[in-house]
Amino acid sequence: MSAAPLVYLDNNATTRPAPEAVEAMLPYLTERWGNPSSMHAFGGGVAKPLAEARARVAAFLNAERPEEIVFEGCATEGDNHALFGVTAAWGRPGTVITSRVEHPAVLGPCLRLRELGHTVVEIGVDGEGRFDLPAYEAALAAHPGPKLVSVMWANNETGVLFPIKRIAEMAKAAGATMHTDAVQAAGKVPLDVRDVPVDLLTIAGHKMHAPKGIGALYVRRGTRLKPFVIGGHQERGRRGGTENVPYIIALAKACDLAQAALADGTEARIRRLRDKLQAGLLASCPDARVNGGGAERVANTLNISFEYIEGESVLYHLSDRGICASSGSACAAGSLEPSHVIRAMGVPFTAVHGSIRFSLSRYTTEEEIDHVLRHCPEVVAEMRAISPFVKH
Amino acid sequence: MWDYTDKVMDHFRHPRNVGAIERPDGKATVGSLACGDALTFMFRLGPDGRIAEAKFQTFGCASAVASSSALTEMVIGKTLEEAEKITNKDIADYLGGLPDQKMHCSVMGREALEAAIRNYRTGEENVVQVNDEIVCTCFGVSRAEIERVTRENRLHTVEEVTNYCKAGGGCGMCRERIQEIVDEVNHAQAAAPAPAKPTKRLTTLQRIKLIEQTLEEQVRPVLRKDGGDVELVDVDGETVRIAFRGMCAGCRSAAITRDNLIANALHEFVDPAIQVVME
Repeated sequence: MSAAPLVYLDNNATTRPAPEAVEAMLPYLTERWGNPSSMHAFGGGVAKPLAEARARVAAFLNAERPEEIVFEGCATEGDNHALFGVTAAWGRPGTVITSRVEHPAVLGPCLRLRELGHTVVEIGVDGEGRFDLPAYEAALAAHPGPKLVSVMWANNETGVLFPIKRIAEMAKAAGATMHTDAVQAAGKVPLDVRDVPVDLLTIAGHKMHAPKGIGALYVRRGTRLKPFVIGGHQERGRRGGTENVPYIIALAKACDLAQAALADGTEARIRRLRDKLQAGLLASCPDARVNGGGAERVANTLNISFEYIEGESVLYHLSDRGICASSGSACAAGSLEPSHVIRAMGVPFTAVHGSIRFSLSRYTTEEEIDHVLRHCPEVVAEMRAISPFVKH
Repeated sequence: MWDYTDKVMDHFRHPRNVGAIERPDGKATVGSLACGDALTFMFRLGPDGRIAEAKFQTFGCASAVASSSALTEMVIGKTLEEAEKITNKDIADYLGGLPDQKMHCSVMGREALEAAIRNYRTGEENVVQVNDEIVCTCFGVSRAEIERVTRENRLHTVEEVTNYCKAGGGCGMCRERIQEIVDEVNHAQAAAPAPAKPTKRLTTLQRIKLIEQTLEEQVRPVLRKDGGDVELVDVDGETVRIAFRGMCAGCRSAAITRDNLIANALHEFVDPAIQVVME
């Protein structure tokens, strides 16, 4: 087991920090570790690279101004800031429209907002994980008063892309504030806030080859937003706390790299590898189904259910073969409940517990895909051989 | 990753006695696809009355496979009288322990063993005994259970019922029937009184109310995700008697896995001296 190579196909969980990003941040841990707010040259001198980093993150999103970027401790904080910040600014109860398949960083705050007296409407998805636009349109029309729409750009479990431009345009037409959690879209599809009229957008560093512990919230100029982390004057009073300069520098570098990768055909290469993995597994494993396969998806994600077997077991066997993936099964999630995303899609219980997510990155190689195609079918066959539900 | 012992991983990676016996003396299946784990266990007796062969098939996580494998190893060579003394703790101990959240895997093993021995002695198949209309046959959810989750959670749609107790989440044949039940309950439902606020010195009544409120807020949401529920049976001083309902009823893994959940919640929100007794 020790000689197995590491085949990392769990990039929707976290990504390898790009060596360039790590290199860029290190001087801000070893030499230039001052506080950018300081009135001395040693600290204050860090304010300039911080401003440059902000401008580069703004450019990555095609934002009009660098000040529209607020750095956050992580994307969960960014989502919390958007949801609590907008609703707090209303000063009265309003309506939050979201989807049933959001990340817990959005669904968790929505539960709390409901307790605080706001109406929360969850829009469902179809069997392929596609957003229910007619239900959304009806929800926008049904609720007078202040409204916030928070809908993810791409789903973390299935990779399904929501028609976020359309969703945002409809929100704006209805007078709603529009937020999107773009954590799983960043670096995978172009994010352009001039083309897509969102007011708020969250990204996470560690899902795009920067380290963990840094996120950013885009806040369109003019958006009414209260601070969520309350403290000092940092981030123009919108997020207290001394700026995490090294990680911000790394995030900016990761944005540059992602921008370059979007332009140079990397996405097409990842898509080809993902499609090869998908076709190969479907051909070699009977009773398998791709979750969200009929919808438009980001290039890197494959969510596949192997019926009659359980995901945690599959993950452990894959891990023994050096393969890192994840599962929507209840056991693997450490809860009593299997994935809310897969359940919302109406996937039958026979397939829910056996859902496995492979997520690639620009570092994924053809050899790694071949390695999975060599080993995954034998794992599935082994688990099936001991399952009481398979017709032998 | 779970903190599995080497022995668990060994039995998971190299399960012993996988498969079926052509003419077993005793056989049983416990658990289900919906629950996320299931075990079919069977044995054959030798001429000396001892278990000569034991086989299993398991759908489940690493610890479910390991517990099943361990069970077969433990029973071979034993008489039925000896075998039926095996507890789930024996199975877990054999494996060098299981994570708390995975103790139900060992219970599943013991339940399968008991059911297979019962099958040998009585010819009885292991079927759930419910004297109520079973509405959802896929997940074995009764009318009473659907009424209960509907009433207590103010549910209005079939989808909500499915989320709370899994009824209707399989083939979907019963969805119309579920809607009828939901509508009946909602017509009959009156507004429930608001929960009492805790005071410094609790009267017995307040204490019971606080226990009930704690169960409602801290415990039931977790159990319901799994299609189960819990009922407060009696409060006698520091002893709180609890009974499981729904998919948790009769599932002894419930007692093991969720004992801590209930006790911890009552200790934190009501009284650290409380002793929880399961019915």
